[in-house]
Amino acid sequence: MTAEATTTRPARPERQAIPMRRRPRGREWLLGRALTYAAAVLLALFILLPIYLIFISAITPREHAFTYPRSLLPAEVSLNSITFFLNASGVLDSFWRSVQVAFITLVLALLIGAPAGYALARYVFRGRNTYRLMVLSTRAFPIVILAIPLAVTYLRIGLDDTVLGVALMHTALALPFAVLITSSIFVSVPREREEAAQTLGCNPLQAFIRVSLPLALPGLAAAAIFTWVISWNDVFAATILTLRNPTLPAKILTALTQSPIYYQFAAGFVMLVPSLVVIFFIRRYLLGLWGRVVK
Amino acid sequence: MTGEGLGRDTAPSPPAEAARPVARRLGWAPYALLLPSLVFLVLFFATPMFQAFVLGLQDRGGSWSLDSIQRMLADSKFRSAVTTTLAIVVLVLPIQFFLAMSMALVINAKLKGQSLWLYVFALPLGISELAAGIVWVSIFTQSGWLNTILQGLGIIDRQIIWQSAETPWLIILTVVIAESWRATSIIMIILVAGLQSIPHEYLEAAEVYGATTWQKVRRVILPMLRPSLQVAMILRVILAFQVFATVIALGGTGVTVLSAEAVRWANDIDNDHVAAAYAGLILMLSIMATALFLWLLPTREEQYA
Repeated sequence: MTAEATTTRPARPERQAIPMRRRPRGREWLLGRALTYAAAVLLALFILLPIYLIFISAITPREHAFTYPRSLLPAEVSLNSITFFLNASGVLDSFWRSVQVAFITLVLALLIGAPAGYALARYVFRGRNTYRLMVLSTRAFPIVILAIPLAVTYLRIGLDDTVLGVALMHTALALPFAVLITSSIFVSVPREREEAAQTLGCNPLQAFIRVSLPLALPGLAAAAIFTWVISWNDVFAATILTLRNPTLPAKILTALTQSPIYYQFAAGFVMLVPSLVVIFFIRRYLLGLWGRVVK
Repeated sequence: MTGEGLGRDTAPSPPAEAARPVARRLGWAPYALLLPSLVFLVLFFATPMFQAFVLGLQDRGGSWSLDSIQRMLADSKFRSAVTTTLAIVVLVLPIQFFLAMSMALVINAKLKGQSLWLYVFALPLGISELAAGIVWVSIFTQSGWLNTILQGLGIIDRQIIWQSAETPWLIILTVVIAESWRATSIIMIILVAGLQSIPHEYLEAAEVYGATTWQKVRRVILPMLRPSLQVAMILRVILAFQVFATVIALGGTGVTVLSAEAVRWANDIDNDHVAAAYAGLILMLSIMATALFLWLLPTREEQYA
């Protein structure tokens, strides 16, 4: 893009002058900048346009769902597709089931995962790297290979088709993330303060609760939201593990082939909205959550 | 926690107290903290995985045989499930690599409103496979947005049927686009984090020697991104082998993939043994692809340290 930009510049001055140096760049630099903005806009359109289109599809009256060509600005707005979807048999039930499953997953994953994350962040111990690698490698295993045997086991112990059964499976999926994410959060909370609290007479638990926990809380909330999303979004495990009491995605998936297209649009929209809201709330943590997880 | 008290009680004398209680506390506290997660992973990860192999290597009567695997191989939908899955994996990876790399470079260029761009590019991170599939159904369906736009621009004169069972490759293409839309964010985030860890001095040095943007990408950024690339690609390829809900949403019964076959055998045919055989196949393919990437993009082990 900025092929010649660098060669036309005068020789490089002192190191401290770097910010100053940026200004007098030539026309090629401006062109490169413009091209970068153009790429940014195109990529953003690729992401945003489909979201806009499903939004428009979901709020057009359902009587118009089959009109062609469609209009990019809705002539008439109606929520009757969405109310039709929400009132369809079993949808609200499965919606609440999904909320429950996701909530149990969140609590379990953090209760079990955060202590392990804390241990990884604060202690040096034998087997630390082995444990880390083991947790990382769990991500290499497809859900398929867990869900099918669990369905057999659940049938035997009476957990089949239950909220708890699905939540336990989702916890297994979310736990590795919870461990790695919480560990990266505790690493960023300075341990010196905790140690200072201990020298002032706190025991380690008090030091943790009074000093580290408040500092780690926003990050932990982001981690919690993230585990919630993992559970909310799962279709595969829920489809295998439930039959008469499906979660929302499992319910939608099985209804998909026999349902009118406006039902699908509304369903897609209803599933989409929480995800968008969630990403908005954890936007500041995105790089921290993901970037560090893979290291 | 209680380890502290224990450490103090057993510390015999002041000089030893400096070292010993700490050593004691460090000795078992981390293991106690790890224990719940270890127990959980054994129960809900290791055990089912082991059971999956047992299930796959047994017939319906419960005796050891290769019967389930043979039934999988002989199934009329097996071959198309394998080829469709492989086609999706092979198409999705380069497209997503290109898109994610472009996004990461845009973010790294520090445009105005950098955090807003990052937010927009990261939006699909929270979107489920099924929701993404349905979003693209609204675009590819016969009276959908793509036909509307193409006809509005005068490119086509009548509606094109994108999702016909007679043209499975078109369905595969729609799945690839939907998957690229949904799952590029995660690769982008990993690459951005990797880009940020490249020391400025390297890029500045390249500039001093008159490197063009392309040369910087090719000679400095890509080699230094190798660890991040490797992780991102492995993660993506593993998820791509499990592609499921997008295919069901966009393809219906027109095409099938491995995990959809596993669900069919588990739920509709009610034969968990063949379903487990499919699961085992997906695992094997994932492991082979992981090994391939480890071999193609070798990195030093330091990234795990």
